[in-house]
Amino acid sequence: MLDREKVREIVRKYPERRGALLPALHLAQKEYGWLSPEAMKEVSRALNLPEATVKGVATFYAMYRRVPAGRHLIQICTNVACMIFGAERLVDLLKERYGLEPGGTSEDGRFSLMIMECIGACDRAPAMLVNEDYHPDLNEERIMTILEGYK
Amino acid sequence: MDKFLLRGIEEEGSAAIASYREKGGYAALEKALSMKPEEIIEEVKRSGLRGRGGAGFPTGMKWDFASRDPKFPKYLICNADEGEPGTFKDRPILEKNPHLLIEGMIISGHALKAEYGYIYLRGEYPGAKVVLEQAIEEAYKEGLLGDDILGKGIKFHLSVHQGAGAYICGEETALIDSIEGRRGQPRIKPPFPVNVGAWGMPTIVNNVETLSNLPLIVSIGGEKYAGIGNPECPGPKIYSVSCCVKKPGVYELPMGTTLREIIYTHAGGIRDDRPLKAVIPGGISTPVLTPDQIDCKMDFVNLPKVGSMLGSGAVMVFDDTVCLVRVCWRALRFFEHESCGKCVPCREGTGWLRNILERIENGFGRKGDIELLQDVAHSMAGKTFCPLGDGAANVVLSFIRQFHDEFEHHIEKKECMA
Ligand SMILES: Cc1cc2nc3c(=O)[nH]c(=O)nc-3n(C[C@H](O)[C@H](O)[C@H](O)COP(=O)(O)O)c2cc1C
Ligand code: SF4
Ligand code: FES
Repeated sequence: MLDREKVREIVRKYPERRGALLPALHLAQKEYGWLSPEAMKEVSRALNLPEATVKGVATFYAMYRRVPAGRHLIQICTNVACMIFGAERLVDLLKERYGLEPGGTSEDGRFSLMIMECIGACDRAPAMLVNEDYHPDLNEERIMTILEGYK
Repeated sequence: MDKFLLRGIEEEGSAAIASYREKGGYAALEKALSMKPEEIIEEVKRSGLRGRGGAGFPTGMKWDFASRDPKFPKYLICNADEGEPGTFKDRPILEKNPHLLIEGMIISGHALKAEYGYIYLRGEYPGAKVVLEQAIEEAYKEGLLGDDILGKGIKFHLSVHQGAGAYICGEETALIDSIEGRRGQPRIKPPFPVNVGAWGMPTIVNNVETLSNLPLIVSIGGEKYAGIGNPECPGPKIYSVSCCVKKPGVYELPMGTTLREIIYTHAGGIRDDRPLKAVIPGGISTPVLTPDQIDCKMDFVNLPKVGSMLGSGAVMVFDDTVCLVRVCWRALRFFEHESCGKCVPCREGTGWLRNILERIENGFGRKGDIELLQDVAHSMAGKTFCPLGDGAANVVLSFIRQFHDEFEHHIEKKECMA
């Protein structure tokens, strides 16, 4: 369930209720792992906003997921600095090892993969986020060791 | 030059309020609270501070416009969307020196008579969110934020608003839409946000680094500040240096330090001492430079003289092993992905450019492709709704202008020179 008290607390920070929409969507996604039609309905009820409004906003932003995600979300950057230091090879490796396609989820539901634009770690490229953890300085060996830590 | 923006960030626990106070933090706020709002704006004008978010707009002038507008409430928004590829200059402030930004925002709020502030933080910085929220809580506890700051009868409330992965929300009017809970798409200007911004009210949007300069300006005074770096656009500047250098990282230097000094003195030179091939001086949206142009000073007035821009000050350095057609292709893939879709030249053009670059890169380039790229880019440049589409077109035009041979070689030989 979406924490209504928390939503009310967020709403108080804005002069209009709708300001709380992005934070409420983040909250719902944290709760359910993705924004299912039901989750979006809940957000629309909690903020008293039309469902179409909620959906329109949720579909605009890359970080809101509208398909179920795996237990851990890998967000790997392939922008210029990371590309130069071999990020594309790492993406191939994730496919070989876990059958992960960009935008997809592994069959066992363990990982989902998203290709990112720059995540602000170019000085230690290539880099990825796993859930909310930053992992810079990747290479083929390191990425495997790191991911094995996420069961 | 002593570091100011990044002072002490290598120390453990630098984000805590106690450690910030040890470095003299919040002394400038006490001084600012005893000044009249107009006096602070005067100091900012005198300082010559120009916005660090990319456009380099004079901050004092922006503040003047906002404070002349009689409508209340006014909103102060810190742009912490830092999404320009190659850029990681705001992140160390957000994660390691958050109280500098908060102090800068309280001072700015007082100067602008804005009682509500938001930090629009990109969704990809979850660590910074935790640090900032904790720092804001500390500031509330010590009476630095709230309805009666330090008993001076001044009110300022601050919170973090987390973005959700859309580069275009770094553009200030799209950012405002996003704070209001909408799809982040640029609005037509005028009216400008300083008059009609968030919820229709006067709104001042400034970059993290811009606002973080306020404590320095207040403590040493605008005149002294104007003596740091290039007098035409003074102050300390954080350059983020990446790709093929020995020591990639952030360097706080006086505005107007030359590219050569940044690359060879501070960032240690090119990895394995290879030859330098190209430099993007201000983040992926800024035109590329050749090695004979690196004596240029990195600031808002000198880079345009060599056909580029300071942008976010993100220096991306490429040695002779890097394929520039590939870099250009990857840049366009970024713009295609981030185009918000509002206007046709950008929505369609970025995809076209990416497509043609992709076939050249993959060895399927055709005779006439270079002219085709230029043709598409020319039909975008100057005709898009916001600078994103313009940037995309100019990146392609600059790569072709500066590295024509490399594109030709790719098309004729179906292979890379690098
Ligand atoms: C496509 C686009 C992306 C932008 N991204 C950012 C950004 O990530 N951070 C930022 O501070 N300014 C960004 N800007 C510039 C802002 O629109 C605005 O000029 C800036 O926040 C004003 O602050 P300043 O005067 O302190 O520089 C962007 C502009 C455009 C057109
Ligand atoms: S130029 Fe691109 S990003 Fe800007 S408004 Fe047009 S479509 Fe949107
Ligand atoms: S390019 Fe990958 S983190 Fe910046």
